[in-house]
Amino acid sequence: MDAIEILFTATFWVAAIRIASPLIFATMGELICERAGVLNLGIEGIMTVGAFAGWFTVYSGGDLWTGVVVAALAGASFGLLHATLTVPLGLSQHVVGIGITLLATSLTYFTYRLALPEVTSPPKIEPFAPLPIPGLSQIPILGEALFSQTPLTYLAFGAAALTAWVLYRTPVGLAVRAAGENPAAVEAQGISVTGIRIGAVMVGSALMAVGGAFLTMSAFNSFFFQMINGRGWICIALVVFGSWRPGKALLGAILFAAFDAYQVRLQQLSGGVVPYQIFLMMPYVLSILALVLVARRATYPKALMIPYQKGER
Amino acid sequence: MRLEPKPTRPVGILLLYPAAAIAATLVFASLLVLAAGASPFSVFYLVAKGAAGSQFALLETLTRATPLIFTGLAVAVAFRARLWNIGAEAQLYIGAVVTVVLGTGLLPWPSFFLLPVIAFCAMIAGAALLAGPALLKTRFGVDEVVTTLLLNFIVLLFVSMLLEGPLKDPTGLGWPQSQKLIDAARLPRIIQGKRLHYGFVLALISALAIWVVMKKTTLGYEMRAVGHNPEAARFAGIPVNGVLMKTALLSGGLAALAGFSEVSGLKGNLTLDLSPGFGYSGIVVAMLAMLNPLGVVFAAIFVAGIFVGADAMSRSAGVPSYIADVMVATALLTMVTALLFSRYRLRWR
Repeated sequence: MDAIEILFTATFWVAAIRIASPLIFATMGELICERAGVLNLGIEGIMTVGAFAGWFTVYSGGDLWTGVVVAALAGASFGLLHATLTVPLGLSQHVVGIGITLLATSLTYFTYRLALPEVTSPPKIEPFAPLPIPGLSQIPILGEALFSQTPLTYLAFGAAALTAWVLYRTPVGLAVRAAGENPAAVEAQGISVTGIRIGAVMVGSALMAVGGAFLTMSAFNSFFFQMINGRGWICIALVVFGSWRPGKALLGAILFAAFDAYQVRLQQLSGGVVPYQIFLMMPYVLSILALVLVARRATYPKALMIPYQKGER
Repeated sequence: MRLEPKPTRPVGILLLYPAAAIAATLVFASLLVLAAGASPFSVFYLVAKGAAGSQFALLETLTRATPLIFTGLAVAVAFRARLWNIGAEAQLYIGAVVTVVLGTGLLPWPSFFLLPVIAFCAMIAGAALLAGPALLKTRFGVDEVVTTLLLNFIVLLFVSMLLEGPLKDPTGLGWPQSQKLIDAARLPRIIQGKRLHYGFVLALISALAIWVVMKKTTLGYEMRAVGHNPEAARFAGIPVNGVLMKTALLSGGLAALAGFSEVSGLKGNLTLDLSPGFGYSGIVVAMLAMLNPLGVVFAAIFVAGIFVGADAMSRSAGVPSYIADVMVATALLTMVTALLFSRYRLRWR
């Protein structure tokens, strides 16, 4: 098989969509936070918490969907902590975000070691099984790629569609977007900017956590240290790349995942001539390149990273 | 609910706020210790004893503090000018790579000449690594937080590639590690037979030098002005982009010294576990020190003490040593909150 043929195989696109799923959740989560005016650098840690919380719920006997809900709630609580410090208190979103990532990650590792002191290899759970949609999954390549995935992947696409619909078609979405562009205008409507921003960060963080949970409950079947491996930071780049629009961000995530799936296959083709680390670097290099490409014409939310105080101009 | 500036208070009362932050951190850690089924008092006693209870413990804490002083300074310098360098980890590893490349026999020079050359080259490499994101920020408006974070992963993979390729120790039994440095490239130990090395002294000198730069030079003034209000600084005729570049070079160079000091002073070779997150802990150190270069020394020793003490405690009390990471992260969040409340009060209305 040569490098071009890969692109026309169903397994490649199935893998691409699978790799995209956690990124879609987390990218939508970050996008919601940023559209409301809050940069959430807690994303990497919140994804770690979600990955562990979901997996551990199932490991302790809960069913898979309970695990997803627990992961979302765990993410939302770290979102609440982040929002409390950055929204009403107006602390630096950079410092608090990094702090949340450090706290969430270390608390997860602490809990893991406490709950499973003696294990040497990570215990496994029975993850979500693929759920082919009858009929649609029979379509060659496209059908297989999109409609023979696990329920969580469908949920990821659903979350993206819902994010777009809420942001652009509902009063709540309008308030969220306005909170990130012109908070004073929101306040003038009698809506609390603080409330909107806290809510947005909590919902966004819940999505990030479900993105993490996808890794332990759908892509793999166990939790291990450093498993998020920079995916959160990549999602922040994807939000910029998608110009803060859900549709573009979704496309960006799929494009990115396709590239990631492609480099793995290319790596196998190359037969070890090129060091494998070069291939592993690609996603990070690509993220930086994507940022550089769009930076000049990026129209970021006007009030991003600017704390809002009622009655202040 | 809104924040109002407070009238100024005496220093004694202002010091209560950081103390409250430490207290809150300890209370939170106590809950975790209780969850682990141990007694908080005996655990904290064991942490303190493990960090400073003997000459060995104290020297170990200072040894661990050494890289944290460098990365803490790197972050403090950058954050002061509001250049968000989250990439100290990558700069540290690049410094370590340069140290190994130059210190394994390539330059057959005597120690007193070789060591400064290696340290200088390491700094150049670290500075160059941060110059990239800084250029992207000033020229294209690319957020440096994401680029420096992503570079951490790229550089670690790059180091992994070197350690399995050109820098691999042929006698290393297949382990991804570099050759040992030649003797002339090793920083000597301060006390014979102990691990504390002259990297610590270099760290103290660096802290003092950075303090002088920040307080007594035009560059320091410009960095503070840019960090305080870039628009006003530009209006006052300060070349903001130039100052950001200089800040980046200084910050990257300092972080690279951490890599130099760890390899040359402590480890003697380069492995992939050279830094257990010194770059990220440097952010905590800098914030605890309120970005003051001299404060960085004390904050680094404090943070190092928690890590060293928790390692010792974990072995005897059975509480996972990750509690140290939790405490350090909690301290960061409680400290920034406490500092806010030392200047502002909340008004509910």
